[in-house]
Amino acid sequence: MTFSPQLEARFAKLLESYPAGRQRAAMIPMLLYAQDEVGSVTDELVEEVAQRVGVTPLQVNEVVSYYSMLHRQPRGKYHVQVCTNISCLLHDADRLLEHTCRKLGIENHGVTADGQFSIEEVECMGACSWAPAIQINYDFHHFVTPDKLDRLLDGLRKKQ
Amino acid sequence: MVYNEPSPLETRVLSRRFGMPHSESIDTYLATEGYQAFRKAAKMTPDQIINEMKASNLRGRGGAGFPAGMKWSFVPRTSPKPKYIVVNADEGEPGTCKDRVLMENDPHQLIEGVLISGLAVDAHAGWIYIRGEYRYLIDIMDRAIAEAYQRGWLGKNIQGTGFDFELYTHTGAGSYECGEESALLESLEGKRGVPRIRPPFPAVVGAFQCPTVLNNVETFCAAPAIILNGGAAFAALGVPKAGGTKMTCLTGHINKPGVYELRLGFPVKQMIEEVGGGMRNGKKMKAFIPGGSSCPVLTAAECEGATMDYDSMAQRKSMLGSGGVVIMDEDTCMVKACLRLMKFYAHESCGWCIPCREGTTWLNKIMTRFHDGGGTEQDIGLLGDIAKNMLGRTFCPLGDAAALPMISIVEKFRPEFEDHLNGKPCPFEHSNRMVTA
Repeated sequence: MTFSPQLEARFAKLLESYPAGRQRAAMIPMLLYAQDEVGSVTDELVEEVAQRVGVTPLQVNEVVSYYSMLHRQPRGKYHVQVCTNISCLLHDADRLLEHTCRKLGIENHGVTADGQFSIEEVECMGACSWAPAIQINYDFHHFVTPDKLDRLLDGLRKKQ
Repeated sequence: MVYNEPSPLETRVLSRRFGMPHSESIDTYLATEGYQAFRKAAKMTPDQIINEMKASNLRGRGGAGFPAGMKWSFVPRTSPKPKYIVVNADEGEPGTCKDRVLMENDPHQLIEGVLISGLAVDAHAGWIYIRGEYRYLIDIMDRAIAEAYQRGWLGKNIQGTGFDFELYTHTGAGSYECGEESALLESLEGKRGVPRIRPPFPAVVGAFQCPTVLNNVETFCAAPAIILNGGAAFAALGVPKAGGTKMTCLTGHINKPGVYELRLGFPVKQMIEEVGGGMRNGKKMKAFIPGGSSCPVLTAAECEGATMDYDSMAQRKSMLGSGGVVIMDEDTCMVKACLRLMKFYAHESCGWCIPCREGTTWLNKIMTRFHDGGGTEQDIGLLGDIAKNMLGRTFCPLGDAAALPMISIVEKFRPEFEDHLNGKPCPFEHSNRMVTA
């Protein structure tokens, strides 16, 4: 597989970040950073990472299936993650999730037909004092109200 | 950036640079005594460093509260293997968002803490394991690490001391269990985050099978202040058996949620009323979680006279935990809150040991049915029984972390469970706070 020069540089640095003979340690970071570029963990990516860190594709697969941020199917260009864990729940995050689904016309874990948005209800993301919180891709948004969410999503739609 | 106004009641040691212009830069750090603790530690013997840490009464800030100096002293000096430092920045305990602000506002303080630990145990390499969702913090730490290398505070022969240290960031990819130290080490090595059987403990057999110091971000961040001002000064900020301050995350139904640095032993009532600005909408408090969702829940009555320290919480059969305080008002449905927690633990159980895998799954299933109105009287006892059978029977603390809140909620709020029986709709569903369109 060919990756961007930036990602290749990151891979090269990763492979030097662990003790000799322990390059398997680079697997999870490589998968996550590559997923950001490729869109999902494809079979081809599994093979590629396996070969680069010196393990079998099966060993990569068993890792991929464990971590919630690694996914085999593509998500929307904007992946909207709504935390509904305790501190967010106390600020009605469950209703915020429902609102997000209605707004985008998809269910939790769904992707819009145009591939622009997807929704995932997630566990605590470490924004408990600024609840309710969401992440769109890697960007945090705090004290999210339905209105604020609408503005955020409308803004992203216009950007396309 | 700082997300909330500071409180005048804070004791700012670890957070003292928060709010300074460019607090994350090495120039700000160096201009405010930064890396002076490393210079001092480099002239001390490993024993002197560890004794200072012991004198500080610093207990691990990730949740377990194990004395940090003691942990460092367990690393075998005579081992021919390399020794490593691993920072647990996999902050994921529901209610906890303090490591985030420590890394965001003062990344060099963490780097200096790691260096001091390296001097104490003769380690020359370390990794900061940061949860995958904190990508922007990985970028902040990477920039700070690059600055430190450029200015000679990392790498070979640091500042002419002859001490070498290489430091790296490592991203997680979504797993609460990887905050458990042995699961974190598995994850660091490129495997599923399944805990290891201990002993041997990480101090003896840790990262890559080598002796390893593994502590929470906040624990390492305390080291520079301890070395610079002395362990006794740090200890004096807290209570007799636990020194220093605690980064405390106020969350839930209060007026001024935020992360505040409070001395250990801070009164709970004052924390809620004065630091947190009191209960939102003038409501009464119903329940209180002292330090992350894995702690037994306390009632408002149990909080009377309580202080934020290990002993006061232990006396009330709860824990100080991670500093993630969750405050619930009188309109909170405890059945719903409990269900949400059980759903979390069922999702995050790694599945390796049966009491946790099956226990969390069944607690979630029963709680789901219960909250939907399908609960029976027998279920109330069953929930407690399942949870009690998990206690102490799992490889790692995740099983207990699910069981403890379950047991405490079902025992202390039993009438609320009874109110959901026989198809009765949840009595709190009407309590709309934030109305959606």
